[in-house]
Amino acid sequence: MTLQPNDRVADVPESGIRKFFELAEERDDVISLGVGEPDFSTPWAARSAAIHSLEEGRTSYTSNRGMSDLRRLISDYSRRWGHDYDPDTEVLVTTGASEAVDLALRTFVSPGDTVAVHQPNYISYQPGIKFAGGEPLGVPTSAADDFALTPEALRAAGAEDADLLVLCYPNNPTGAVMDESDVRAVADFCVDNEVDVIADEIYAALTYDGDHTSIASMPGMRERTIVINGFSKAYAMTGLRLGYALGPAEAIDSMNRVHQYTMLSAPTTAQYAAIEALRSCEDAVTEMTAEYNRRRRFVLSRFEEMGLECFTSRGAFYAFPECGGDDEAFAEELLEAQGVAVVPGSVFGESGEGHLRVSYATGMRELKTAMNRLEEFYRSR
Amino acid sequence: MDTKRELLSLLSTDARESSEDIARQLGVDAERVEELLDELEADGTVRGYQAVVDWDNTDDQRVAAFVELNVELDRETGYEEIADRIARFSEVESLRLVSGDYDFAIEVTGDSMQDVSRFISNQIAPIPEITQTVTHFIMETYKEAGIDFGDRDGDDRLSVSP
Ligand SMILES: Cc1ncc(COP(=O)(O)O)c(C=O)c1O
Repeated sequence: MTLQPNDRVADVPESGIRKFFELAEERDDVISLGVGEPDFSTPWAARSAAIHSLEEGRTSYTSNRGMSDLRRLISDYSRRWGHDYDPDTEVLVTTGASEAVDLALRTFVSPGDTVAVHQPNYISYQPGIKFAGGEPLGVPTSAADDFALTPEALRAAGAEDADLLVLCYPNNPTGAVMDESDVRAVADFCVDNEVDVIADEIYAALTYDGDHTSIASMPGMRERTIVINGFSKAYAMTGLRLGYALGPAEAIDSMNRVHQYTMLSAPTTAQYAAIEALRSCEDAVTEMTAEYNRRRRFVLSRFEEMGLECFTSRGAFYAFPECGGDDEAFAEELLEAQGVAVVPGSVFGESGEGHLRVSYATGMRELKTAMNRLEEFYRSR
Repeated sequence: MDTKRELLSLLSTDARESSEDIARQLGVDAERVEELLDELEADGTVRGYQAVVDWDNTDDQRVAAFVELNVELDRETGYEEIADRIARFSEVESLRLVSGDYDFAIEVTGDSMQDVSRFISNQIAPIPEITQTVTHFIMETYKEAGIDFGDRDGDDRLSVSP
């Protein structure tokens, strides 16, 4: 047989998102609350800068680590979360946060390493760990803890022996955030047990009623953390594919060794857009965030009215209500009966079972109709 | 943002939302929204609620013009007095004092260009303090009240994504 995938690839199943995508695509009257990206367009100033760069013919590679102006702006921007990374040696611009996650895993995971990853979680980590030759160790979190990660949960899963932890807060799919005291407790666990951390903070700017706390800002954590962020969510730039990694110089150097051979550099046009985004789009981000926050409150209060149990998610653009029982059947029937698409929680790991990921990256009008339809479905069930 | 500020921002995007829906978005109850609306109306912060109409989509003949006005003030008459006289005409949709080469910028509507021109020459120009008028007929509206008339707002995202 020709072109057989290797065991690592063969071992990774098709994503459960795919199935729901196909089901939703079969109908054309669907209101989708299943979308994992902003409904806003990239702020015009950033788009316009990208267009201008194309007009000027700026279409060559950039330096491996990304344009130096951009690295400097990223370094400045990150100060809001207590970070202090040297633009020349501690910042790496990547093709989306996705590339940064993949680079970090390929750089720091040795074959057979255990990589702890809390659940439910973004669907790319487990496959990424396997592609890198590591062994994922799922650490369940629960509604009882508002889906925050705790040292108790880490211990219960046996994560003391893990080599790495992938941490993602504000979280996709739950919308959970971790308050400073929660982060401190996890940081202490990591220091005590010598666990390094890959912190995917792509939703950091979308934190409501409080501020994001980065684990890298905790004592003893800077030297053992790679912080990952990007422009996809906060700046509504998903299709431009731009993200970055922050970390100690040697660690970034090692990641850059993989990056320089496998990617050369992140997309140049997107880097021009990102420079403008950081220079002049703060107001646009504030506006989008305020709008997400209003929708979040709307969705949570509608859940409460219809009697659908849901913890108060305070980040990203997801709510994670409890539908009880078989979430996949619930989501399929909801789509069938009411034309509303959501993603079953179990897609994001076993501990997501009995929940639904409801994305509010959708205009208020659709959101209202969708909530009415969901209520009708829920009450008739 | 405090609740009042947020209410304003919400109303400026969509003033037709029910108090209940507004309440859910602001995290307060509907009575509180009504209360705030009463306050905002009473203190003159909210002056009205109107639809943004693309008149070119209707069969109505409607002509609008921006008019620049220059005035000469004297001891007895200030901008306020002149503005007050101009604002009383129902043909005048908006009236602003501006910086730059002229003093007032007004928007005037009528059924025809002749209608608008006649209004300017018969009603506005004769006001003693007005020294000059320059009329710009509006030929096409691309954007109004923050709404882009050309936007066809297609959502090309995948219907379900990670
Ligand atoms: C938690 C998380 N990390 C990373 C990504 C990917 O981001 P990017 O578009 O920057 O590759 C996503 C996108 O859905 C996400 O939800």
